[in-house]
Amino acid sequence: MTEQRVSYTLDSSLETIDRAEEKATHIATELGFPEDEVMQISMAVREGAVNAVLHGNAYAPDKKVTLAFEQTGGDLVITICDQGKGMDLSKIPNPLAPENLLKTSGRGIFLMRSFMDVVEIRPSQAGTELKLIKHVRGAAGGKEASQ
Amino acid sequence: MSMKVGSRQVDGVTIVDCSGRITLGEGSVILRDMVRDLLSKGNKKIVLNLAEVNYIDSSGIGELVSAFTTTKNQGGELKLLNLTKKVNDLLQITKLYTVFDVKDDEAAAVKSFR
Repeated sequence: MTEQRVSYTLDSSLETIDRAEEKATHIATELGFPEDEVMQISMAVREGAVNAVLHGNAYAPDKKVTLAFEQTGGDLVITICDQGKGMDLSKIPNPLAPENLLKTSGRGIFLMRSFMDVVEIRPSQAGTELKLIKHVRGAAGGKEASQ
Repeated sequence: MSMKVGSRQVDGVTIVDCSGRITLGEGSVILRDMVRDLLSKGNKKIVLNLAEVNYIDSSGIGELVSAFTTTKNQGGELKLLNLTKKVNDLLQITKLYTVFDVKDDEAAAVKSFR
C-alpha cells in the first residue's frame, strides 16, 4: 500500500460528526480492513468527532474541526483536532465503575480505547489533538494506549 | 438510515419497535420523546425491541440508560429485546448488559413483567 494523507476542515456541527464517520468507513474499507474493524474505526472516529464538536468547540460557528487520515507503514493514523479549551483527562470518570454505570455520558473515550490500538489525547496550539491508530491486520499485535 | 419508532400493546406491556440508528441528535431525541410520552400516559411496562437497530453510539447508549432510569424512577420497568450483535457487543464492553434485563423472545419478555 502506498503512503497517503487526506485531511478535511469541518464546521462544528452535527453534520460533521456523520461526515467524519462516513469518511472513516470509506477509507477503512478502501484500505481493506475487515468489516468488524471498519465498524470499530468508524465508531471511534465518530466518538472523537463528537468530542471535538460538542465538548471541544461547543458548536461554535467560528471554530473548526480538522480531520486527517494518514496511512503510514502498517498503520492507519487518524487525527482529529478541535479549537476548544481542552480537556482534563483526570476528571473523566471510569465508565465501568459501578457508581458510573448508570451515567448517561462519559463513554466516548472508553469506546475509542476499546476499538483502536493506540489512542492519544493531548493539548495542541489551538485546542485538543486526538490521535487514533489502527494497525493493519498482521502488522502488529496487542494493544496500547496512552494519554 | 434515521431512527424510527412505533409502539404497540401486548397484554398490558408496551412494545416499542425501533429501527435505524440511535445516535447523537435525532435518533436519541426520538427515543427519549417516545419513552417520556409512554410514561406520561401511564404506560410503565416497556420493552424496547432493538431488532432493527443497526448502529448505536455512546450518546445512544446514554439514551438507553436514561430511558431505563427514567422508567424505573417512575415506578416502571424497561427491558431490551432482540439485540443485534453490534448492540449486544457494545452493552457487553460497557458492562451495561448486567444492568439491563435483556430478552431474546417477545412472548417471554411480555410474560416476565410482574
